[in-house]
Amino acid sequence: MKTIGYLIQKEFKQIFRNKGMLPIIFILPIVQLLILSNAATYEVKDIKFGYIDVDRSSTSRALIEKFRSSAYFNLLAPYSSYKVAYAGMLQGKVNVIMEIPNNFERQLVNQEKTSLGLTVDAIDGAAAGVETAYIQQIVQEFNQGIALETSVSNKNRSGFAGLITIIPSYWYNSTLDYKTFMVPGILVLLVTMITLFLSGMNIVREKEIGTLEQINVTPIKKSQFIIGKLFPFWIIGLGLLTIGLVLAKLIFDIPLLGSLGTLYFYTAIYILVVLGIGLFISNFTETQQQAMFIAWFFMVIFILMSGLFTPIESMPQWAQVITTFNPIRYFVEVVRMVMLKGAGFSDILPQIWKTLAYAVLVNGLAVLSYKKVN
Amino acid sequence: MKDNKVIAVKNLTKRFGDFLAVDAISFEVKAGEIFGFLGANGAGKTTAMKMLIGISKPSSGEAMVAGFDVYTQTELIKKNIGYMSQKFALYDDLTVRENITFFGGIYGLSRATIKEKVKVLVTELKLENIIDQLVGALPLGWKQKLSFSVSLLHDPKIVFLDEPTGGVDPITRRQFWEMIYHAADKGTTLFVTTHYMDEAEYCDKVSIMVNGKIEAMGPPKLLKERYGAGNLNEVFLKLARGSKPNE
Repeated sequence: MKTIGYLIQKEFKQIFRNKGMLPIIFILPIVQLLILSNAATYEVKDIKFGYIDVDRSSTSRALIEKFRSSAYFNLLAPYSSYKVAYAGMLQGKVNVIMEIPNNFERQLVNQEKTSLGLTVDAIDGAAAGVETAYIQQIVQEFNQGIALETSVSNKNRSGFAGLITIIPSYWYNSTLDYKTFMVPGILVLLVTMITLFLSGMNIVREKEIGTLEQINVTPIKKSQFIIGKLFPFWIIGLGLLTIGLVLAKLIFDIPLLGSLGTLYFYTAIYILVVLGIGLFISNFTETQQQAMFIAWFFMVIFILMSGLFTPIESMPQWAQVITTFNPIRYFVEVVRMVMLKGAGFSDILPQIWKTLAYAVLVNGLAVLSYKKVN
Repeated sequence: MKDNKVIAVKNLTKRFGDFLAVDAISFEVKAGEIFGFLGANGAGKTTAMKMLIGISKPSSGEAMVAGFDVYTQTELIKKNIGYMSQKFALYDDLTVRENITFFGGIYGLSRATIKEKVKVLVTELKLENIIDQLVGALPLGWKQKLSFSVSLLHDPKIVFLDEPTGGVDPITRRQFWEMIYHAADKGTTLFVTTHYMDEAEYCDKVSIMVNGKIEAMGPPKLLKERYGAGNLNEVFLKLARGSKPNE
């Protein structure tokens, strides 16, 4: 126990004496949290909306007005022809082109149905989907207005089907604020990234400068060495969580519905997994550069498959299976559940067990592969 | 320990794939001796030493260090030996005092003992002015003396020094050897690898390694007589030239 104390003391001294490392540990995460949380959003705003109004009727003008009043669309001057509009899309000047055909109004009144031409720049498929949904919503609203008018004026036609509207009620994030969704996720990223990189590079660094050999000729036990080495990063990880939570509250006003105790309890287990992976990496690498590359490789896969940016439910089946081996996935789930839903200890029990099992497995492997003797 | 032997090696071998780094070497070192382990770069000195200090498993052969077996009792060996690697291995970003405290601590010395050791080292090595300086800022000569002192902290029976005087000036080398003698006077056994043949003359006994094998062994005086040489350098050159390189 005393031996570990000496080691921990030494590690903390080295971390806080490293003027290059300190900002990376504490300032960078703050900057990232501030920037990423504001930047990483699925919301599509300022959609450049071009239209060709061939009909030039009061109905077509009313439809265009609907779009103009929407906060999401930025209406461009009307295009004279589809050809001109299409050229604009090729140049990236317009995202969406709506073509209102001739006889739009007449068909709508006479036959109660008509069509609109819509061209969406779908290079960014996700954005195109969101844009289409917005447009459909506006057209639907417009349509209901018309249907209401016709059903009132013409009672024997069409039932009340057009009058059924869905009033969605959004739970846990009632204002559909993306920051409420993203900030907890990015918090997860920071805690994971910093602890993984630091722990992954730390032991390799001692290999590089030759001090590890010196340690290996001392009677220090493997377990003592590993605990002493990783403990400081465990503390730093929990410290980062604290910084992140304070920022989330103060700057983004993210609610924390669940208990802090539950969150810290889970994070304490989770960081063990990350540290185990870091140790494992450093056992199989000879230089900090190698360790960094491998850590990045895992980080990128873990992040993209964590459900942080893209929902796991929309991944193909095989990819969903892979995500069950992704520790970040569970952390993202837990942080969002505890912070936004107010989930308690028993609600996150499945995640706790899985993470605990993961921690035991990874650290077991890491300790086994750490060799004092070659 | 019978016959006062602190290191007893018999047919010790280390193989890396097809390459025989250490080829069935045998020797003995008595307590309190300064044993010079000589050889050219790449002759296998460091590899042999690593097996003796318990950080590399031998491929075959036997070796006892401080009465313990290098296969099964490496952790007991580590308690009883000190080691100074050819790569400087103290922490540059810790002060002299912090380095001493840290290594003392992981060897299990008590706080009081560590304080006492620091005091002794400060007077012996005249460290008053640098004890609270970062080790990284010290000249190489100081660093070497310091890592030797650190390897002696826990009063080991044997200290292994791997090319301890590489790259330091003649005056510092002389001071360094005075430290080695001082340790030997106190009964510590010293196992020193070097390729400075003038230093080898200071040893009680030397072995000369060529291509993984020990080609000659004995007190420097005896070797010089046997090879009809004026100094150990000539002995070494005769042996090295007679050797058939592997490549």
